[in-house]
This record gives sequence, C-alpha cells and structure tokens, in this order.
Amino acid sequence: MKRLMTCIECPQGCSLEIEADGTRVISVTGQKCKRGDKYARQEVEAPLRTLTTSVLTRGLELRMLPVRTSKPIPKEKLFEAMEGVKRLVVTSPVKAGSVIATDFLGLGVDLVACRALNKI
Amino acid sequence: MRDRELVIVGGGPAGMAAALAARAAGAQDVLLLERDQHLGGILNQCIHPGFGLHHFKEELTGPEYADRFARQVAEDPGIEVSLRSFVVKLTKDREISFLRPGALEEVKARAVILATGCRERTREMIAIPGSRPAGVYPAGLAQKIVNMEGWIPGREAVIVGSGDIGLIMARRMALEGVSVKAVVEIQKTSRGLVRNVVQCLEDFGIPLYFQHRISMIHGRDRVEKVSVVKVDDEFRDIPASGFELSCDTVLISVGLIPENELLEMAGAEMDRKTNGPVAPEVNLTSLPGIFACGNAFKVYDLADSVTRDSELAGRAAARYLGLK
Repeated sequence: MKRLMTCIECPQGCSLEIEADGTRVISVTGQKCKRGDKYARQEVEAPLRTLTTSVLTRGLELRMLPVRTSKPIPKEKLFEAMEGVKRLVVTSPVKAGSVIATDFLGLGVDLVACRALNKI
Repeated sequence: MRDRELVIVGGGPAGMAAALAARAAGAQDVLLLERDQHLGGILNQCIHPGFGLHHFKEELTGPEYADRFARQVAEDPGIEVSLRSFVVKLTKDREISFLRPGALEEVKARAVILATGCRERTREMIAIPGSRPAGVYPAGLAQKIVNMEGWIPGREAVIVGSGDIGLIMARRMALEGVSVKAVVEIQKTSRGLVRNVVQCLEDFGIPLYFQHRISMIHGRDRVEKVSVVKVDDEFRDIPASGFELSCDTVLISVGLIPENELLEMAGAEMDRKTNGPVAPEVNLTSLPGIFACGNAFKVYDLADSVTRDSELAGRAAARYLGLK
C-alpha cells in the first residue's frame, strides 16, 4: 500500500512516498535528509508529537511558564497530557531546562521549562 | 545628552543577534533598549517548537531560542540592557529619547540599529463586513493571551488566513479544548509552511477552506456566527456558494507589517507598500549610520533567518563605526 505524507521534521516539508504493508514500512522516498526516513517510519508505526504548552505559575514574574515534553509522546496522548498540565502550578523559580514533572503521567518523558522565571 | 557608540532598539531575536555580532566585531559600548520587562520579543509567546534548526542544529521552542541569546547578552559586559525602555524619538543625527520607569533619557548614538519587529494586519485592513462584536482578535494577540496570560478567548473559533500564526493558533486553541471550526483562506494555497498545515490542522481534523472568504461577521455583543463564501480566481464571490459557521471567536491571521515609526520620524525613505525602508541592500536605510534588521526590515518566515541577517546588521554597524 502506498501512502503520501508531508514530513514535519523541519520547515522544508518534504513530500514523502511510503510503501507499507500495514504498519510495516517497506520503502520511503522523497526525503532530502535522513530525518525524513525516520519520521515516515515512526509516523506509520506510531505517530509521536512533542507537546508544548504553558503552565500556571504563582509568585513568579510571569503568569504562565512555557513548557515542553522532553521527548515526543504518542499523538493520541496529547489531550490526556493537556489535562495533566492543567493540574500543575509552578511556584519555584526555574531556568530553561528545569524539570517541572518527572515521568509525566507515566509517559516516560519529563515536562521541562522553556525559559527562566524568577520570583516577583 | 550622553554619547553612546551603538544603540539597538528592540531586544527580540534581531536586536540580540545584532548586539552580539557588533560586539564580536569590536563594538565596546552597546546599549540595547527593550520595551518589555524581558528580552526575547515575540519569541516569548511563540511556545511551539520549530526554532533553531538552522542556527543551533536542534529544534527549540521560541522561549528556548530566546533564552540562549538572552543569556549570552546578559553575560556580555559590553552590552547594557535597558528593559521597560520605550523609544519615543529618533532623529537623523541619531539622537534618541526613551522612556523608562521614572525617567526620560536622551542619548546620542554614533550608530543605531532598529530591530523593532512588526505588527499584525487587522480586520480593518482586509475589510470584513459585519458588526463589531467582542470576540474578533488578531491571531498573534490571541497567542499572547493564551500562552502568556493564561486565558482562552472563546469556545468556538474560526480562523481567517492560513499563515503560520493562524495555523499554529488553530492547533493551540484545539489543544486547549476550543472547537476550531475552520481555517478560511482566500488564496488557492497556504502562505504558511506545509508542515504546519499537516501538524496543526490535519492532526486535529480542522478543515481548511481554500478560495473562500468571510463575507460577514454576525453578532451584537459577542460574535455569533460568520458567513463564508467561495471566490473565483479574481476573488469574486461565487453565487449560491455561501454557508454559515457558528462561533464566538474569530482570529485574524492575515500577515504582518514592519513597525517603523522611528525610522519614519527620522526621515528615512520608506516603501509605502511594505512599510520597510527603501534600501540598496539588506539592513540598510537611506540614513547613514541608521540600520534596520529583522522583521522591521522585512517580514521573515523563520527566526533563524532573522538571526543570520541581524548578525550582518551588527557587523555592518561595526564597519560603519570604523571597527575592524
């Protein structure tokens, strides 16, 4: 079975053509770099996305702290992860890279701060 | 009036890159003026990934990309950062007046780099008929409201324009539980990156209507619905193609225009169509010793490209100052 997709690894957005048997990839063509091949295989088997959102703070310089998952998570877990994020409040100063939640929702990834925020 | 070697207006990606490059090229005394309470500019609200693939060879979010430069700037003893500092006047002789809490400062710079970014085009600039209810936002403003202020502008949204900001806000609103009814694009293709059409719309099942326009916004106090109509290649409405979408929010993402009031005030020659300076090459203006870089010079697709070109501006200013 042939599948067409657009690579989302970088702004080039290569058009990929994937030959697959169910979730087993036979060949990938159209990518300008090796990330395209890896993306296509992952996308066919189990799509992953990095979640970026912001978390409520208390007593810090800004009302919201931008955060990301340290690694991509399964695409179908995005909304569950958003629910989890809404339950968090950050009250201690952070730096870019500070871990806000370890093994977030048991997904095997950390939730990480994307910027520094100090106390007011 | 104090003399300064180089004054840079704007502490976003353009201003920070220009400051660091000017220092590397030998500038000793750089004053970086930023109106916000933090450096970073628009990157602070661009919490999505996609930054840094060229410059850092890794994918970062906007705040992470800004943080890397902000830390370098903070550690550089030759760069004085003045936050909450809003420039109100610039002359062709490079005299600058700026307000900061409790003071009006005046400096005379030997060179100036304007890195003042851009503004969003508004509903008024594309003339969408209808009433003027609450719930119509420029998409970038909605981005700031959601990502930095922490509130959601509505429950059901229609997005006008398929530029990157519109696409990214479609995903952002969908993630926050807003029902995003459609993205409506008058052109035949998206002005945004293909990857954003895929990961922002297709991932969330948001319909994208090409060659359609909003013909009316309805609602008294709050947006209630929009009328959508299909257009032909000459942007004329196709009869009987109209339909309605109920929504309480309309986000307008129809492009950006460079913000160059200071440059105009100083008397530089401006391109009336783009609102950028008339210039023989990138980063120059018609005024000697006054440079413009980043989105103030022209609107860029990628922050990485802003960094690259703004480093050139920093070096050009250093050359003008007779360094190196």
